[in-house]
Amino acid sequence: MKGPRADFAVIAGRIGRQAKVLDLGCGDGSLLRHLRESLGVRGYGIEIDDAKIPACVRNGINVLQMDLESGLSGFDPGSFDYVVLSLTLQAMKNSEHILSEMLRVGREGIVSFPNFGYWRNRIQLALGRMPVNGEFPYHWYDTPNIHLCTLTDFEAFCAAQRIRILERVVLHEGREVTALPNLRGSLAVYRFGSGNG
Amino acid sequence: MDTPTPARSVGAVTPQRATFSEPLQLRCGRSIAGYELVYETYGSLNADRSNAILVCHALNASHHVAGFYANDPDNVGWWDNIIGPGKPVDTDRFFVIGVNNLGGCFGSTGPMSIDPATGRPYGASFPLVTVEDWVAAQARLADHLGIERFAAVMGGSLGAMQSLSWTRQFPDRLGHALVIACAPNLSAQNIAFNEVARQAILTDPEFHGGDYYAHGATPVRGLRVARMVGHITYLSDDAMASKFGRQLRNGSIGYGFEPEFQIESYLRYQGGKFAEYFDANTYLRITKALDYFDPAFESGGDLAKALATARAAFLVVSFTTDWRFAPERSREIVQALLRNQLDVTYGEIDAPHGHDAFLLDDPRYHALVRAYLERIDAEVAGGVR
Repeated sequence: MKGPRADFAVIAGRIGRQAKVLDLGCGDGSLLRHLRESLGVRGYGIEIDDAKIPACVRNGINVLQMDLESGLSGFDPGSFDYVVLSLTLQAMKNSEHILSEMLRVGREGIVSFPNFGYWRNRIQLALGRMPVNGEFPYHWYDTPNIHLCTLTDFEAFCAAQRIRILERVVLHEGREVTALPNLRGSLAVYRFGSGNG
Repeated sequence: MDTPTPARSVGAVTPQRATFSEPLQLRCGRSIAGYELVYETYGSLNADRSNAILVCHALNASHHVAGFYANDPDNVGWWDNIIGPGKPVDTDRFFVIGVNNLGGCFGSTGPMSIDPATGRPYGASFPLVTVEDWVAAQARLADHLGIERFAAVMGGSLGAMQSLSWTRQFPDRLGHALVIACAPNLSAQNIAFNEVARQAILTDPEFHGGDYYAHGATPVRGLRVARMVGHITYLSDDAMASKFGRQLRNGSIGYGFEPEFQIESYLRYQGGKFAEYFDANTYLRITKALDYFDPAFESGGDLAKALATARAAFLVVSFTTDWRFAPERSREIVQALLRNQLDVTYGEIDAPHGHDAFLLDDPRYHALVRAYLERIDAEVAGGVR
């Protein structure tokens, strides 16, 4: 990922004023800070990286140093309006579990991830190499990304898990892509809720 | 990350003494007619008296938190690595107060003090004081110093229990609580260790039912064993293994009961040193205060309910190898704070040292405390309350 996080503006656009937000894998807390300053959001972030915790504190956000892989057992059902997982899903071991946890703890989930179906990735693979580019800056041997998917994969997964997709925004270089998104979009943002709602 | 600032000392410090003549009602039902508290301060109180930080001590520590004594330069405060000019708790910005708790043995009124009613040391008659009693006494010290509201109250271990209790007892009198290496109450295992320590003291023939002062005696053996037991619980298995392993003092086994393994000689040394300066009656009472601490008890074990009146923002820190007050216990506190929608930052530091980690200068831990205190400083400077 490069530049200011393109998904932040999209995520912020989905969140109501004064909402309660839990940001999973919150990094240095800049999304939560942005949400607090622009929307008066009341938020908490979860981050595992020692180096990022003081940065969160400097950004004035509530950060909890915890491992997302063990779920969100410390959080009560329905205690947040939104649970955000931005650019973290693809690096998680328990990708399946975390999505259901997001909907247990929050009313809605918002997830963003790099689209592996983006044409450049497809071409690199067709030429026989693992993709290395702006959205996938890592090599196969040093990448933290272990659960990559395309838009179609993610939507099929949600259907199978009875996760209801409420909204999808697909981006490339910060601009929304509407035609052929699974080919032309490099970054996807989904807002979702429980299937039976 | 932080650029490391040169670690400096607050320099030579002088303990001060505050006398309180109004009786203090204690949780045990008794009251104490009048008492003195010994304290130290570092840095200076700002004009609107909003930059004060109270540091609460744990089991064996005192009001001597930072700096050293001019006549005893090796006697450095117990949390000197974190408190001082340019240190995470920066005395150039904050007015920091250390206080020896009621019932202590470093100058505040305690079992060793003379009971004005009898003219003899309180000894066994000194009441069992609780965390809540200490906090009530600390609040009176704040009154005495003209501090209506602390920017923060901080402590580790039993000290953290006091900062947690502050948020319940005086919710409007602190902005932040730093709750480090804490637990919302003691587990059965924790109480068990404390009971072993107490039995060592209580069964020492020199204890004389707690009135050993009159006999010119000290239950040194009991205190030594108590400290040895305690010390084991402060260290992680790994820390002990890497520090001592199975090292022998003389390179070979001697088939006797003299200390042979390094760990034995270390524990004996620690126990002996402790018994020279610590009062057995105080030790008994502090371990009881630990055992009794359970803010959720009155709300049927519901810690969130117990903290419902808290208004402070919290920094909670735990250490992964602390098996005495394990991270799960800190996460219980965090969960209770979340249920009350309170501001909380939680750091879980992967330090190898066990419970003692809160006293050591792990860079990740200190960077977190530094960042958090900078936030408080910004609030104080901006007049945010």
